[in-house]
Amino acid sequence: METNNKKAWLYLLPALLFLGVFMVYPLVDVFIYSFEEGYNSASQSYFGVGGYNYDYVLHDPYFLQAVKNTFILVIITVPLSTGISLLISLGLSSIRKLRELYQTIYFLPYVTNTLAVGLVFMILFKKTPYTDGFANLILSWIGASPIDFIDGPYWAKMFVLCFYTIWAVMPFKILVLTSSLASVREDFYNAAKVDGASKFRIFTKITLPMISPTMFYLIITGFIGAFKAYSDAVALFGTDLNAAEMNTIVGYIYDMLYGNSGGYPSYASAAAIILFVIILTITCINLLISKKNVHYS
Amino acid sequence: MKVVLKDMTKKFPNRNKKIREDVIAVNNFNFEIPDGKLIGLLGPSGCGKSTALNLMSGLQKPTSGRIFFGDDDVTDLPAENRGVGLVFQNYALYPHMTVRQNILFPLQNLKGDAKLPKEVMEEKALEAAKLVQLEELMERKPSELSGGQQQRVAIARALVKMPRILLLDEPLSNLDARLRLQTREEIRRIQRETKITTVFVTHDQEEAMSISDMIVVMKEGVIQQIGKPQEVYDEPINLFVAKFLGTPPINVFEAEIKEGKLYIGEEAVLEVDLPDQPVHAAIRPEGFILSENGALSFELDEVEVMGRDITVVSKHPQFEGTEIRSIISSENTVNFADKKVRFDLKRNKVFLFSKETEERIRF
Amino acid sequence: MEKNLDYLKIERNARRKDIITKAVLYTLLTVWAIMVLFPFYWMVMTSFKSYSAYNSEYIPQLYTAEPTMQNFADAFSAVPLARYFGNTLIFTLSTTAIMLIVTVLAAYAFARLEFRGKNITFTLFLALMMIPNELVIITNYVTITDMNLRNTFMGLILPSVASVFYIYLLKENFAQIPDELYYAAKIDGTSDLKYLFKVMIPICKPTIVTITILKVIECWNSYVWPRLITDDQLYFLVSNGIQEIRENGFGRENIPAMMAAVVVISVPLIILFLIFRKKIMEGVSRGGTKG
Repeated sequence: METNNKKAWLYLLPALLFLGVFMVYPLVDVFIYSFEEGYNSASQSYFGVGGYNYDYVLHDPYFLQAVKNTFILVIITVPLSTGISLLISLGLSSIRKLRELYQTIYFLPYVTNTLAVGLVFMILFKKTPYTDGFANLILSWIGASPIDFIDGPYWAKMFVLCFYTIWAVMPFKILVLTSSLASVREDFYNAAKVDGASKFRIFTKITLPMISPTMFYLIITGFIGAFKAYSDAVALFGTDLNAAEMNTIVGYIYDMLYGNSGGYPSYASAAAIILFVIILTITCINLLISKKNVHYS
Repeated sequence: MKVVLKDMTKKFPNRNKKIREDVIAVNNFNFEIPDGKLIGLLGPSGCGKSTALNLMSGLQKPTSGRIFFGDDDVTDLPAENRGVGLVFQNYALYPHMTVRQNILFPLQNLKGDAKLPKEVMEEKALEAAKLVQLEELMERKPSELSGGQQQRVAIARALVKMPRILLLDEPLSNLDARLRLQTREEIRRIQRETKITTVFVTHDQEEAMSISDMIVVMKEGVIQQIGKPQEVYDEPINLFVAKFLGTPPINVFEAEIKEGKLYIGEEAVLEVDLPDQPVHAAIRPEGFILSENGALSFELDEVEVMGRDITVVSKHPQFEGTEIRSIISSENTVNFADKKVRFDLKRNKVFLFSKETEERIRF
Repeated sequence: MEKNLDYLKIERNARRKDIITKAVLYTLLTVWAIMVLFPFYWMVMTSFKSYSAYNSEYIPQLYTAEPTMQNFADAFSAVPLARYFGNTLIFTLSTTAIMLIVTVLAAYAFARLEFRGKNITFTLFLALMMIPNELVIITNYVTITDMNLRNTFMGLILPSVASVFYIYLLKENFAQIPDELYYAAKIDGTSDLKYLFKVMIPICKPTIVTITILKVIECWNSYVWPRLITDDQLYFLVSNGIQEIRENGFGRENIPAMMAAVVVISVPLIILFLIFRKKIMEGVSRGGTKG
C-alpha cells in the first residue's frame, strides 16, 4: 500500500471533527467543570478551583438516594436478568418446534420505545381512584390487598422499576446467549453423552465453560447498562424522579444540568465522574474475577 | 462383549421437503461382531457407515430393529447409559479442560455403585494415558497438542472407563499420511492389549484392510459383504466390492462370453464354462503375466518402475476406465518397440460380474 | 460392566423424564412469551376502548365489545403527534445518513489507506469506545446551548452522528477484502473513491445494513439528548412527546388516547423489525447493546 497522508486525513476529517468536538473536548472539559467552583452558566464565570463540587454532590441527599437506588437496581436486575435469560436460552436451544416464533417474540421489547412501553407498564401497575390496575387484579387473585406501585411505598416502586428493567434488557441477553449456545459444537455434547455425563453435568462442565466468555460479556455490559439506568425510571415515575424517591445517578446528573433544579453543570460533571469511577471499579473487579473463571479458546 | 445388530434400519426425513420419501441411511443391518475383534466398517462417504456407528453408540435411535451388547438389548438405552467409548472424527476434546481432566471426565460421570474413589480415578486415568503414551502431557490443554496427540487423548478418554465396546469414527482422517500409518498400528496394538470389541468407520479401504479382523463393506445403507479382509479381497461378491477394495483399483472391462470362452474385444482370454452373455470382467492388477504370446493385448502407454514391482500403464478400447494398471515383477523387461504389450491372466485374479445385476458369476 | 441393569426401567424412566422436561420447558417459554406480549396486547386493546368504557372498568377487562377509532383521532388532534412523528423521522433519517457517510469514509481510511500516525489514531479511536455518553453529554449540552442550537435539528443531530463502534465494525469488515481486488481495480483504472463505492461498499453491504438498522432503532428511541436540547414542542421527538402526553396531554386520565399514541409510536419499528427480523437479530447479536 502506498503512503498517502493527505488523502487519508481528508477521509478521516469528518469523523475526527465530530469526535473531537463532541467527545474528546467534552471529556477534557467535564473534568475542568467538575473542579470549577460556583460555575454560573449564564455568566460563564466561576469563583475558584477545588473539590467543592464533589463535596457538595457526595453530601447531597438526592445524590445519595440516587446512588442507593442505582445500586439496588444493579444488584437485583443484573443477576436476575442474566440468570433468567440463561434459563430461557437453554430452553430455547433444546426445542425445535416453535423456536423461531419464541425467539421473535422475545426480541420484541428490544425494538420498542422505552418511554412508550414504560407508560404501558406504569398504567398496568398504577392504582387510581377508578381502578386498582391490572397488577393489583393479579394480586387480588392470591388474596393480597392492593398496592399503589407507582405512587406508593418505596419497595413497591423499586419492584416495578426492577421488573421493567429486566423486561427491557432480556431481549438482548437472550439473543446473545442463544447464538452463543448454538455455536457450541454438537460433537462436545455427543462426546459428553457417550462419556456418560448427566444433563446437569453436561451443563456445568461443558456448556457453561464454553459460553463463559459470552456470560462474562453480558455481565459486564449488564453492570454498565444498569448503572446508567434512567429512561426506564422516567417512563414509570415521570420526570420528577427526586420527588418519587426513584432517581438514579444518571437522572441526578441530568437534573443538575437541566430542568427545574438544573443549571449546575459543575455538580453534574462531578456526579458524572463519580459514576464513571464506580463503573470503572466494578468493571475492573469483574475482569479480575473473570480471569480465573472464563475460558477463552 | 459380542455385538449383534438385528434388522437395524434408520430412516431420515428427506431434507428436500418436496420429496416425501424418507432417506434410508441404514437399511436392514444384520450382523454379529464376535467378542474382542476389530471390525472395519467401510464404504464411500454418504453410505451410512457413520449413522450405523451412531446407532451403536446410542446417539441416534434406529427406526426399527434391535441392537444387543452380549445378551442385553440396548436399543432404547440412551448413550449416557450404554457404556460405549467413542472417538470422534475431530476428536471433540473439551477445549477448556487439560488432558488429565479430559480423560478423567468419563470416570467422574459414574454414578451410584459404579462411583470410584478419587485415587482410583487418577490411577485409571494415568493408566489410560500410559496406554497411549501421553503420561508426559497430562497438564496440557488440547490446543497445545499436535493432531496425533489429540487423537491419542481422544482414544484414552474413550478407553478409560473400560467401555463395553469401542467405536472410532474416521479416527485417522485428520492426520497426515505418515502419522496415519503410525496411528493405525497404535490402534491395532491398543485393541489387542485391551481386547475390547472395536468398530471403526473409514472410507479408506487400505486402512480397513490393514488392521481389521473383519471388514463390513457398505453401499447406500446396505451391507454388501462381510468377511476377513483377505477373503473379501479374494472373493468379492459383486462389482462394487471388487472395485472398492485394492490399490491400484481393479481393472474392469466390457466383455462377453461366447461358446465357453471369455472375449475381451476380439481376443478370447479365458476358458469359462458358462452360457453366452455379456459380462463385466474385472482383473486385479496383480493378475497379469507378461508373455510374448499372451492372449490379451493392450496399447502400451508407459512403464513405472518402483523397485520391487513394475506398473504397466496401458489402454484398451473395452476398458471401462481411463488407464489399465497391471503390476508385474521388476525381473520382467517390457519391450517398448511395437507399442503393444501382451499378457496372460491368472485365473483366480479374474472375476466376472453380471451385466444386469453386477453380481458375481462364478466360473 | 454390570449385567443385571434393568434396561426396561431405565428406558421407561428416560422416556417419562423426557416428556416431563418438554412440558415444563414449553410452559416456561410460553409464560415468558406471555410476559413479553402482554403489555403490547394490553396497549392495543386499551387503545380501542372508548374513554367512558375504560373508566367504568373498576376491574380491568382484557377485551372490548365496542372497539372505537376515536382514540386515534384524539391522539393526532389533541396533541401534535403527527409533528412528533415527522420530527423523529427527520431526526432519524438525517442522523443515520450523516453517520453512514462519516463512518464509511473513516473506516475506508483505516482499512485501505496507509498514513503516518494511523495506528496511534486507531488506538485512540478504540479507547473512545469506553467513554460513557453520560460523561460527555454535559459539555455537549453547554456547547449546543452556547451555539444557540437549542430547539433546532442541527442541535439534535450533530452530537449523535459520530459512532466509534460502527467505524470499528465497518473497518474490520473492510479489512477482510483482499488487497488483490484493490490492485486489480487500480490496474483497471479505477479511482479510490470509485473503488470504495463500486467494490467495498457492495461487498460489505450486510454490515452497512446492520449499522443502519441499529442506528435507526437507536435514533427512534432516543430520549435523553432530545429532552435536554428541546423544550419547544415544535421539536419534540416521539419519546419526549410520550412523556409530554403523559404529564400534560389529554388530561391526565385519558388513558385510551395515550395508548393510541403509544401504539402509533411503536408500530413503525415493530413493522421494521418484522420485515428485517433476521438481519436485525443478527446485527444486534454481532454488535448491539442497549443501555
